[in-house]
Amino acid sequence: MLDYIDKIKEISERLLKDCSVEMVIGFRKGTLPMMNEPCFARTPEDVGQFVWDSNCGINLANYLTDRKERIGIVAKGCDTRNIATHIIENKISREQLVVIGVPCKGMIDKHKIATLFADEIQTVTENGEKILVTAGGKETPLNKSDVLQKNCAVCTHRNPVFYDELAAEKVEEQQDVDRYADVQEIEAMDTQEKWDYFESLLSPCIRCYACKNACPLCYCPTCFVDEAKPQWVGKGQDPTDVRTFHFLRAFHCAGRCTDCGACERACPVGINMRVFTKKLEKDCFEQFGWEAGMSLDERPPLDTYRPNDPNDFIK
Amino acid sequence: MKLVKIDKKQWAEGLESLKKSFRLLGPVKEDSYYSFKALKEGEQPDFSFLNTRLSPKSLLFPQSEAIVEYSLDERDEDHHVMKAIETDDSPRAVLGIRPCDAKAVTLVNLNFDTSEYKDPYWVKALAATTFIGLACDTPKSTCFCTSVGCGPYHEEGLDLLLADEGETYLVKILTEKGGNFLSTAGLEAVDEDTTLFDAKKKAAEAKIISTIATDNLKGQDILDLHEAPFWEDISFACLNCGTCTYTCPTCWCFDLQDEIHGKSGKRFKNWDSCMFPLFTLHTTGHNPRGTKLQRVRQRFMHKLKYFVDKYDQGIMCVGCGRCVNQCPVNIDIRKVCALMNDHKVDEQACAVQE
Repeated sequence: MLDYIDKIKEISERLLKDCSVEMVIGFRKGTLPMMNEPCFARTPEDVGQFVWDSNCGINLANYLTDRKERIGIVAKGCDTRNIATHIIENKISREQLVVIGVPCKGMIDKHKIATLFADEIQTVTENGEKILVTAGGKETPLNKSDVLQKNCAVCTHRNPVFYDELAAEKVEEQQDVDRYADVQEIEAMDTQEKWDYFESLLSPCIRCYACKNACPLCYCPTCFVDEAKPQWVGKGQDPTDVRTFHFLRAFHCAGRCTDCGACERACPVGINMRVFTKKLEKDCFEQFGWEAGMSLDERPPLDTYRPNDPNDFIK
Repeated sequence: MKLVKIDKKQWAEGLESLKKSFRLLGPVKEDSYYSFKALKEGEQPDFSFLNTRLSPKSLLFPQSEAIVEYSLDERDEDHHVMKAIETDDSPRAVLGIRPCDAKAVTLVNLNFDTSEYKDPYWVKALAATTFIGLACDTPKSTCFCTSVGCGPYHEEGLDLLLADEGETYLVKILTEKGGNFLSTAGLEAVDEDTTLFDAKKKAAEAKIISTIATDNLKGQDILDLHEAPFWEDISFACLNCGTCTYTCPTCWCFDLQDEIHGKSGKRFKNWDSCMFPLFTLHTTGHNPRGTKLQRVRQRFMHKLKYFVDKYDQGIMCVGCGRCVNQCPVNIDIRKVCALMNDHKVDEQACAVQE
């Protein structure tokens, strides 16, 4: 994926030079290993800062919400699905956007890689399928497939679902992946086991809200956790309130989540809250044959009514 | 200030016997990270950590602390009367606090213990606590303590400072409280000359490779910095989550919340964050810091300019690197500080505007 960057820069520069867009949103190199920072370019010169590698896991659709400019945006498969969701939900219009599609080969899991090494990681470089980590002065090669973000490992939509420009040839989609193994593991638990699992999963939560704020779906002007009249949820560390936040947030994403993994990636304490949204994503897939953000024309199942609905509860 | 040497085995035994008179808190490994926890009987602090994921400020200023309680049942004689919730202010010791986090306590104290206002919960907790520091011989690449009036062997805020030396600890006794802690433990301390300790300190300081410049911040004009052109670029990626403020050992803002169950209520003091829109939302619905840019600017202006001007004690940062390491989108205070410190007003642009 390293070779994408020349093309991304070339397209971005051209779009800015011919005034097709006022800004291009992409990534620039971070100050730490495995970290890139979302950024924007307003002039062709600004484009020089753009990078592309396996550390671009933050979902850039999040930066489009309610913007008024004409924007070029660098977008992986999942980003384009969230851009589609944004368009359907009127958070940006298609006419404002020039989508620079990036066929994606997956992002690496910085939390996981950090736990593989006792020493502080000094550098992480990549060369195709090889990830080279230097920690404690020693180099260790890793296979990228072993350290992918969990959602990337089971992703079946690596290519942009829609785009105006393409940064590279499309990649082969992953076949025969077990998309829901982690959810099935939890579904198999009895009630008490599930409860214990959720409790230990959420116990490190500090309620920083990085998960909801990294999520392109969470754009309510006032989140329910911030409502004061009425106050739906306590603001302290009571486990009931922490759970309420996570469960409600997940339900709010039902039928909208693209499993981009931004929530889990953003979490400073490494909570895999993605299992909640993943369960709802699975239910939507199994019950409605729905995958969010695959089309600009179809309404999501939870905001649609069909007169020929096979269930009679609604009639 | 006296320097002594204590055998590690004796130190461990001393700690065990101290548990009768002190509540001991120390770093404990949980999964892949460390945090400060109360040590149970037989449990020793794990000093093999670089630093804890969250700062130990929560030991004095918990993320959520019930401060008063009341009854709303009018049949109760003292209904609607706020009563302080009793706190355990018996002697306790924090073992292995890093020098940066100890200095941070002294900075937060500037806010919670003033001649005008005193936060009784903070003041009592602080008075009850003895701080046993652990010097950093292997700092992280994101540590920049030596640039901000601190360092891997910094002594501010500490009662004892331990330096690891093979089978022993070199222990610097910094206060009477620290001396009492050692004598209560019944530890046999052998006097030690400072040569080795000083050499270790120098070696540790040389290992801090990340530096920032803060020398111009005081001289900068507040409004020039406020109106500087770089804020849009800095704030663009920000998610406005609370990671930086919650992991920061010097962020002191809190919110008061009443929680009522049936007829009884409690008032909580909860951490708050200037990154949240709710932080400044007025009851009228107006929000003076309604945009992300305004909130991000506020955080850095507070730490790197307002605090500098108000207290004249350097910046409100001890260089622990937690926000740098944990920010989900890699907003780096070192970069922001450089922009603020080096900021020059474009005179020509102003002339044109005028």
